[in-house]
Amino acid sequence: MSEKELLKGNIALARGALDAGCRYYFGYPITPQNDIPEYMSASLPALGGVFVQAESELAAINMVLGASAAGGAVMTSSSGPGISLMQEGLSYLAGSELPAVVVNITRSGPGLGGIAPTQGDYFQATRGGGHGDYRLAVLAPSSVQEMYDLTGEAFRLAFRYRNPVMILGDAILGQMKEPVTVKPAVAPEEDKSWALSGADGRLPHLVKSLYLDDGEMTAHNWKLDQKYTRLKEEARVEVDCPPGCSLVLIAFGSCSRIVRTAVDRARKRGLPVGLIRPVTLFPFPEKEIGRAVSAAGRGLVIEMNTGQMVDDARLACKGEGVVYFKGYPGGTVPTPEQIEQVIDEAINWRGAAECQL
Amino acid sequence: MSVVTEKKVFEAPSCLTDKVFHFCPGCHHGLIHRLVGEAIDQFALAGSAIGVIGVGCGVFLYDYLTVDCCEAPHGRAPAVATGIKRVNPDSFVFTYQGDGDLAGIGTGEIIHAAARGENITVIFVNNSVYGMTGGQMAPTTLPGQKTTTTPEGREPARDGYPLRMAELLASLEGTAYSARVSCHDNLHLRRAAKALNKAFRAQVEKRGFSVVEFLSACPTNWHLTPEQSRQKIISEMVPAYPPGVFRDFDD
Repeated sequence: MSEKELLKGNIALARGALDAGCRYYFGYPITPQNDIPEYMSASLPALGGVFVQAESELAAINMVLGASAAGGAVMTSSSGPGISLMQEGLSYLAGSELPAVVVNITRSGPGLGGIAPTQGDYFQATRGGGHGDYRLAVLAPSSVQEMYDLTGEAFRLAFRYRNPVMILGDAILGQMKEPVTVKPAVAPEEDKSWALSGADGRLPHLVKSLYLDDGEMTAHNWKLDQKYTRLKEEARVEVDCPPGCSLVLIAFGSCSRIVRTAVDRARKRGLPVGLIRPVTLFPFPEKEIGRAVSAAGRGLVIEMNTGQMVDDARLACKGEGVVYFKGYPGGTVPTPEQIEQVIDEAINWRGAAECQL
Repeated sequence: MSVVTEKKVFEAPSCLTDKVFHFCPGCHHGLIHRLVGEAIDQFALAGSAIGVIGVGCGVFLYDYLTVDCCEAPHGRAPAVATGIKRVNPDSFVFTYQGDGDLAGIGTGEIIHAAARGENITVIFVNNSVYGMTGGQMAPTTLPGQKTTTTPEGREPARDGYPLRMAELLASLEGTAYSARVSCHDNLHLRRAAKALNKAFRAQVEKRGFSVVEFLSACPTNWHLTPEQSRQKIISEMVPAYPPGVFRDFDD
């Protein structure tokens, strides 16, 4: 049974977590994601779950680590500065191969920055963020419906790969309201035979990331690397590139919604433009982007930062086609009209190959 | 012909492995591991105990005790233990932390776990230096004590004063039991076993947060023999960190 409800993005995300079986939440207040802990604090006790407001994001992510080690379906959420504090714990979660969902409803930075939306945390999310050789799976919703759906998907990926999964939203996605089809899926039965529960009638279990013996750490790094390679099967992307298009726009998250409107308007004016929206930022949908840009000859990455995903897009193209960039950092949200102008500039551009428009 | 009957008067705890401790001669971690093992046996917790191990010389506790264990980032053991206990409230959850871990980098986590009355048991080993990293100044280093980062001795005007964690944690309402014990002789070790038993009982009876601070030696980084180290505990550590029970749920 499914029904449509008008929900705020942060609430849809919290509902998606609960419907995916999340029963443990640990967090610390920070704008613009406070609706999530508030909703979880009101909902979890009745479901037999646990909500703890931690004394810091450092403590919160380590409570997540403990709950995950004990086999719990656990989530935390924060924004920029808080996610920076969580990097230590994220590194340990990845090194210890523990499942957890971590939500970043971004605000602008660096430092205390501002509370307006940004995509400036792309590198931090997709490169691991903390110390050591690891990756998070990173999902980028672009609607309130996806705030609900992808949170369920995040729990599936976390348990399937025993790896932390990040949902990279932003202040727009967290705060806006849209109709959502709420459709709780039956959570798959997870193998938790590795979890800590007390060594009753079995050998003790150990959750660790310390490897000191000769070659152990190297072997562990390659094991993790193989997992990240397997994770590539989960790459998701929306491709809308009609035959004959000569410019492919690439955007993710809330920014991709604005670009969508600009692309539709440009097409009405007869411009041959396509749009690609990565849904997973790690794994990055490199095949689809490489194929589309090399076919069109030109790509245009629009991001609400000074240029981060554009690096991945250029790598994906392997030199087959040029990729332009237009950035809106620091909480500036572009209008569809501005993007349309950038599309016109890109189509008419005859200058240096990899330019910032 | 006379028959000699042997009577066993002492044995290792059943949850302690036969592995030889990696600790330096005169270090008290081995004794404290055994006392923890004895307490686990006394309450029959080997099948339900989960240890959370901080960063320091004690990190290999999981090699010596046959219980489920989780490594924690430096200082974060009380937060990790909180997550484990909230998922498995019927497990017996303890942390094992040194002074740099608990009183330095993890001060926030330990104080708030106690303030929440988190139903966990904390084993706190205070040897007044960072042992594993080579003897740097710890939050518990005594005034005047020479370390590799206070080569002329800890000068309070420059380096600050030691923290007395057992007293500090005892001041919090969420704490059910807080005691300090010493490892320097048999009398004090018997008292230590008694304190540990009480701290375990606090958790088993769901009375809240419990902590036992152990004064212990680090002969390697103190640059003393094991016997000289024992004497240093008596003459310097015990006066600065008086053993005693600072909060007891039975009072």
